[in-house]
Amino acid sequence: MEAIEIIRSRTVVLAQANVDTDQIIPARFLTTTSRDGLGAHLFADHRFDAHGQPRADFVFNTAEAAGCQVLVAGHNFACGSSREHAPWALLDFGVRAVISTGIADIFRTNALRNGLLPVVVDDDFHKKLLASPGTEVEIDLRRGTVTLPDGAHAEFEIEPFARFCLLEGVDPLGYLLSKEPEIRHYEGERAWRP
Amino acid sequence: MTATDQRQSETGGPRTLFDKIWDRHVVVPETNMVPAVLYVDLHLIHEVTSPQAFDLLRQRQLPVRCPERCLATVDHSVPTSPASWQIRLADMDVAPRNQIRKLDANCGRSGIRLLGINHSRRGIVHVIGPELGATQPGMTVVCGDSHTTTHGAFGALAFGIGTTEVAHVLATQCLLQRRPKTLAVEMRGRLPEGVTAKDAVLAMIGRIGVDGGTGHVIEFRGEAVRAMSMDARMTLCNMAIEAGARAGMVAPDEVTFDYLAGRPMAPKGEEWEAAIERWRHLKGDPGATFDAQVSMDVSDLAPQVTWGTDPGMVAPVTGRVPESAGQAALEYMGFAPGEPIEGRRVDVVFIGSCTNSRLSDLRQAASILTGRKVAKGVRALVVPGSQETKRRAESEGLDRVFLEAGAEWHESGCSMCIAMNGDRAGGGQTVVSTSNRNFEGRQGSGARTILASPLTAAASAVAGAVADPRSFLDQKRRIA
Repeated sequence: MEAIEIIRSRTVVLAQANVDTDQIIPARFLTTTSRDGLGAHLFADHRFDAHGQPRADFVFNTAEAAGCQVLVAGHNFACGSSREHAPWALLDFGVRAVISTGIADIFRTNALRNGLLPVVVDDDFHKKLLASPGTEVEIDLRRGTVTLPDGAHAEFEIEPFARFCLLEGVDPLGYLLSKEPEIRHYEGERAWRP
Repeated sequence: MTATDQRQSETGGPRTLFDKIWDRHVVVPETNMVPAVLYVDLHLIHEVTSPQAFDLLRQRQLPVRCPERCLATVDHSVPTSPASWQIRLADMDVAPRNQIRKLDANCGRSGIRLLGINHSRRGIVHVIGPELGATQPGMTVVCGDSHTTTHGAFGALAFGIGTTEVAHVLATQCLLQRRPKTLAVEMRGRLPEGVTAKDAVLAMIGRIGVDGGTGHVIEFRGEAVRAMSMDARMTLCNMAIEAGARAGMVAPDEVTFDYLAGRPMAPKGEEWEAAIERWRHLKGDPGATFDAQVSMDVSDLAPQVTWGTDPGMVAPVTGRVPESAGQAALEYMGFAPGEPIEGRRVDVVFIGSCTNSRLSDLRQAASILTGRKVAKGVRALVVPGSQETKRRAESEGLDRVFLEAGAEWHESGCSMCIAMNGDRAGGGQTVVSTSNRNFEGRQGSGARTILASPLTAAASAVAGAVADPRSFLDQKRRIA
């Protein structure tokens, strides 16, 4: 995995709370056996009308959204299913970080495992971001800060091991594999069955 | 006592059910820098979230570490139409067919037991795990599916994971996990007639919100929970994820043991006796504390239905859409603020899904449909959770009840809960559904979902509109 330290980008804002994974990537696109190419279907039912034409009023279809790598989302973003297709679709589309006041548990883990930064900030800072779509932000993973052009900033926390893996560009599976002796020991020691 | 148990008991203090299961599965304890390495007892696998995980193992040249701890089936994309009882892969669309073939090949190569498309015990992964006795108290259970929380009904710690973590478990039988917080949900009193576990859990989500359980494992407790069947407890735990919770669980008791006794994968003979002895200790110690607590009296609860686009937008069936309801949800659902929900015209009724497709759910639906007809213009689908459930329902004559009422009787699968297999509702249609998510487009692009219990769904099928099942129960009594 590619190491991540700093993400600088303009923001695209989707203020609605509880945007679920069925909105991010509808289930009919989950028949793929690949993790590639899902960006084409990101927010499919919102980006396209019944005839497959782009809806001009959806934020991801606007000229300003082009090239934005940071999504500012409403509270409890990506609630619902465990489909990793959700972070795959966002990353494939070019989104590298999501900023919200709350991000659903399974999605957050899936995002971290794929190098999509789930950034949870306080309510006041979030309001500021919602009010200024297209603003340039700098996300500094090492320092754990999001900074606006006027210098205003917020701190965020990422689970320390996931953060380490992202900064170093290493895969946590390697760590799990290195614990094989402990796993064997555990299996041998466990006198009981589940 | 093992050394691991020894270490944990030395930390002292009364522990919750969750604490006990967690502690027993820690291979490497967590520190500030690293999460715990947590051992997984049962890994359930299906066709949609596993192919990329098997690919990852192949790329890394890693074997499946413990195929005997895996159980695979096909459920999400399989056709359920009555004509397809011998499903031929050739009849399926290319993409789902490819998924099913890949699962077959991946399981075959790795030595994983697969209940494949024409296997007599196949079904929805969260229905067959318990039905086969694979899900047992005290286990850690994971699956690449958020409704894995269902298995917590047995006093297991069960939760959904993404595909990368599916690969982690395939390769190491372990996961990296931070210890979640705990939330006790106490359900006081007894559920009234016509009101079910589905209504209780919808009411809970309405109260704590769709993110009310985030970061927490819920333990459902109290008189109402103790009085529930295993099927009802599974409904409860299934919906824990809809409150954002990591998992839901119920401490095992005689109801649990009776359910598991004699199941194909449950322990037998002396092992069974020893297992029950162990499982009896799987309950919270007196004085064990939770990070948060919610208490609700369910003795006056009415049947619950959703009116909006997430499971927290819920009201009693006799209630009205809140005046304060959000514009987007109202517009999508075609409801006005303050509008009564009962009486809303219905196009489709779906009875099925990992939430409500078990035998007792089907019996409840049949109790309403016996001697009645599905209203003209309403399409009613009954989709059993597994082929075994289907056979048992048929041996009781439930299929006749559904067919004579004018409903469709299907093969098992996820079907219209996720609308991946061709079973879907049309844009603008209103669906009363016993499934778990009323998200926009979940049951088909533009389809409007109203979540409800099997009783409410069946009553609504007969009325052709959202209906209160209690009035149907009264009628039956009067006739008798």
